Amino acid sequence: MNYVYLLKRLVYMLAAVLAVSSAVFAITTLVPGNVANYILGTGATEERVAQVEADLGLDRPVHVQYLDFVGGVLTLDFGESFVSGQPVSEMIWPRLIRTLQLAAVAMTISIVTAIPLGIVAAAKRDTIVDQLVTTTSYIGLSVPSFVSATLLLLLFTSPPLELFPRGGYVALKNGVIPWLHHLLLPAIAMNTVILAYVLRQTRSSMVETLESEYIRTARLKGVAESKVLFGHAFRNGLLPTVTVLALNFGWMMGAVVIIEEIFAYPGVGEMIIQAVDSRDLPVLQAAILVPTIAFIIANFVADIVYTLLDPRITLGE
Amino acid sequence: MTTQRQAERTEQETLLEVDSVDVNFEVPDGQIQALRNVSLEVERGETVGLAGESGSGKSTLAFAIVRYLDANGWVDSGSIRFDGMDMLSASTEQLRSVRGNRIAHVAQNPGSSLNPSMRIGKQIRESVELHQNPDSKAAANERVYEVLDQVDLPDPEGMAERYPHELSGGQQQRAMLAVGLSCNPDLLILDEPTTGLDVTTQAKFLDLLEELKSEYDAGILLITHNLGVIAEIADRVNLLYAGEMLESGPVESVFTDPANPYTQALLATTPEMDADKKIRPIPGQIPELDDIPPGCIFADRCEYATENCRTGEVPMETVDSATGHESRCHYWSDVIGSTAELETETETERTHGEAVMTIDSLRKYYDEGSLLTNLLTDHDPVKAVNDVSLTIHESEAVGLVGESGCGKSTLGRTLLKLHEATGGSIRYDDRDIDELSRSELNEFRSECQIIFQDPEGSLNPSRTVREILARPLKLFTDLGAEGRAERTEELLGQVNLGANIVGKKPHELSGGQQQRVAIARAFAARPSLIVLDEPVSSLDVSVQASILNLLKNLCVEYGTAYLLISHDLSVIEEICDRVAVMYLGEIIETAPTSQVFEPPYHPYTRALLSSIPLLDPETETDRIKLEGDVPEPRDPPTGCSFHTRCPQKIGEECEQSDPSLEDVGGGHCISCHHDTTELDQPIENQKHDDNR
Repeated sequence: MNYVYLLKRLVYMLAAVLAVSSAVFAITTLVPGNVANYILGTGATEERVAQVEADLGLDRPVHVQYLDFVGGVLTLDFGESFVSGQPVSEMIWPRLIRTLQLAAVAMTISIVTAIPLGIVAAAKRDTIVDQLVTTTSYIGLSVPSFVSATLLLLLFTSPPLELFPRGGYVALKNGVIPWLHHLLLPAIAMNTVILAYVLRQTRSSMVETLESEYIRTARLKGVAESKVLFGHAFRNGLLPTVTVLALNFGWMMGAVVIIEEIFAYPGVGEMIIQAVDSRDLPVLQAAILVPTIAFIIANFVADIVYTLLDPRITLGE
Repeated sequence: MTTQRQAERTEQETLLEVDSVDVNFEVPDGQIQALRNVSLEVERGETVGLAGESGSGKSTLAFAIVRYLDANGWVDSGSIRFDGMDMLSASTEQLRSVRGNRIAHVAQNPGSSLNPSMRIGKQIRESVELHQNPDSKAAANERVYEVLDQVDLPDPEGMAERYPHELSGGQQQRAMLAVGLSCNPDLLILDEPTTGLDVTTQAKFLDLLEELKSEYDAGILLITHNLGVIAEIADRVNLLYAGEMLESGPVESVFTDPANPYTQALLATTPEMDADKKIRPIPGQIPELDDIPPGCIFADRCEYATENCRTGEVPMETVDSATGHESRCHYWSDVIGSTAELETETETERTHGEAVMTIDSLRKYYDEGSLLTNLLTDHDPVKAVNDVSLTIHESEAVGLVGESGCGKSTLGRTLLKLHEATGGSIRYDDRDIDELSRSELNEFRSECQIIFQDPEGSLNPSRTVREILARPLKLFTDLGAEGRAERTEELLGQVNLGANIVGKKPHELSGGQQQRVAIARAFAARPSLIVLDEPVSSLDVSVQASILNLLKNLCVEYGTAYLLISHDLSVIEEICDRVAVMYLGEIIETAPTSQVFEPPYHPYTRALLSSIPLLDPETETDRIKLEGDVPEPRDPPTGCSFHTRCPQKIGEECEQSDPSLEDVGGGHCISCHHDTTELDQPIENQKHDDNR
């Protein structure tokens, strides 16, 4: 591995975080409206407003606020909540862990179902199996996640099929079964679109790989078809899927807001909605920034996975 | 073929027997017959060549033999027997036990035919484990190393651990061959094994095959469009044309006394080194497979054809039953008698005018690295062009030859300012091109054109021929709409294209037609210099000849200067007045064309010349082998850049001081520490073998 390259990538990642935090700062601070007014209500006296602004540091010049904010982001210090006065990092941390659990389960579901289905569709190309899988994935692609979430809620949380709880969260330490029981429905709801997307990507890249000349070489060596599929095609055909998975992670971070709200799941998404409601600026800023940073990291991880899958790809060359 | 060999042949068993095979494909407009009534035999220990131009069905036949036709294709009639086994009725299981084990198919394009994410060793071991039941992984690996060693790959253990992209093109080809040989096959099918390799690499590969033939008693079916390669190593040859076998027989008889007009025409159109032959294009085009004419398939392009040829089936007739020489022609006895008179070329010394472009100490480096990488790591730039000086005169054709990666294309592009030079100067019309103003640069661009290797890629697919030709006329001339239409017609006439193609788009044209359009476009603005980057290397040999003739005529007609870049010395010899030989970014020899082909030689040029397979199967070439690959241009050798591979290396002097180009007489410049008398002498191959 090329350390110069890793160092460079790290610098780029920091630059990306800086850019995103600047954008977040601009959007949340420079929008018209006075935060102190929101907190105190319209009837507040001017002294009271000034007092609150001083408390929150909002009376300082914009560039000082900006430096303070960005510096805070880089040290993972997002200030205190306007509403509860609690440090934001303390508030966001447990929620982030829960959201990441949701994302991980959702991601696992799409990996273990979409990739094998995509491979089957590619191997049985243009047969009824392929058509069935492809058509179903079209339907998946066209159903927005809030629709599938609502449908799942209606179908599986109320009689006659009361299979899952309506929402909430149970920690992993209370047992895997109850944990998964609460996670499964929101994870599936998040998945419908991604799953279809990953499946189609896997299918098309596998089809392309199976038509390549080295697959022909393998078959003409007398290699059995199953070994052609998993020994020769799999690793090469998976590469574009990794990209799609990393990009989908970002998409998931957006979808999480709606899904968590629908399933009353106490994660970052729910916190964003609460923060918007109460104009809790520091919480809102952190709740937007943290998933973004997670997304940047996910893409970096994908780049490293490439080099493991394809020896032709080396970092930095 | 001697009678002794003949006797051996009858005793030998027939390994592969393809008998009257028809292969059909289902296409959107119906069915096409890709192969019609094709028969072919390969015997044990014999090398059989299968020659033909692109689209003749060579690869289709190979895939039919191993039953690997595309899903829309099938063998419609006939039989394919391999060592007594009926391949056409074989079950999937039977096929799998034959493929890779008894029949090895070595595909073309080794770069894409090896699995990019699997180590070379594993790709070979896979075959061994599948078919040979080795006792252990160690035993299988033993075989892997053995076969890697047999194909002359250095350090077999290390090579086995590498991935395909870590090998050079020649090494990849050897690795493919190693996969094929790993299970001691009875039949080895080599599909265009040397296409895409440099002549020097090709020569080494052919020598290797020659060696392996004695070690393995396999029959070899060698598929290639290169007749020289067949003349070099095959015992018998089959000529396929548009899906039909037109002639087959021993290489000696077919190449010296062709009994089919197609073979004769093909031999006459192939450029040959040093032979003063004027290449003769074959008129017309290969018939389309969906529109096969009745009667003889070659009749439309044949000078012997009569009405008799255009109806009914033309059977394969025996020319010589003793040698098995056959030809599909009514008039084969006339053909064989008229040893096609090859016109010899009359050297016309053309007068060259003023210098059009003068290049002085030109350098072009790539990947110089950012400040950060240069500070933190030991970073060298890639020296693609290193200190090159060259002058091109009006109506002079200068050839630039060298192996792939030697920097010839980079040089061609840099002097048209398509790349920014790193150092040195380029003077055009006595002005430094770096100092041209914007409008002057525009004029420079109109006067200096380039023609690329791949015509399809260089023509805009969404424009018609008319639009393609109108563009430079609009940009670079002040002709009105009417003038442009006239000039377009004139240009198309000059490149021998009918005016009826102006409405067509590039994909509707054949490769040869596309290249003609590209040439017409380049000449549209009456340029004074054209860089031709491998203009014929993607074309079939029959098309090649007509394009080369065309370029020759246009050079005279327009008085344009050419810089013709090619890896093929015989192409350069056809049209160039002067040749520059390039090695690792430097010009190591430059001379009037005729002088390059006679002593004194630069050792590298001598090796290049001896690597070219000759059409005459009886000439034994004393080939000079070059060891190893071209060194990394990032880290070129000290002293003379060729010393690492030079068969005539003197010693330390070559490693330490870089020789300069010196005139050895008559404008023939060589950069070598030897003096001319030593470069005159033929060299002993043995001396080199001792070093191995």
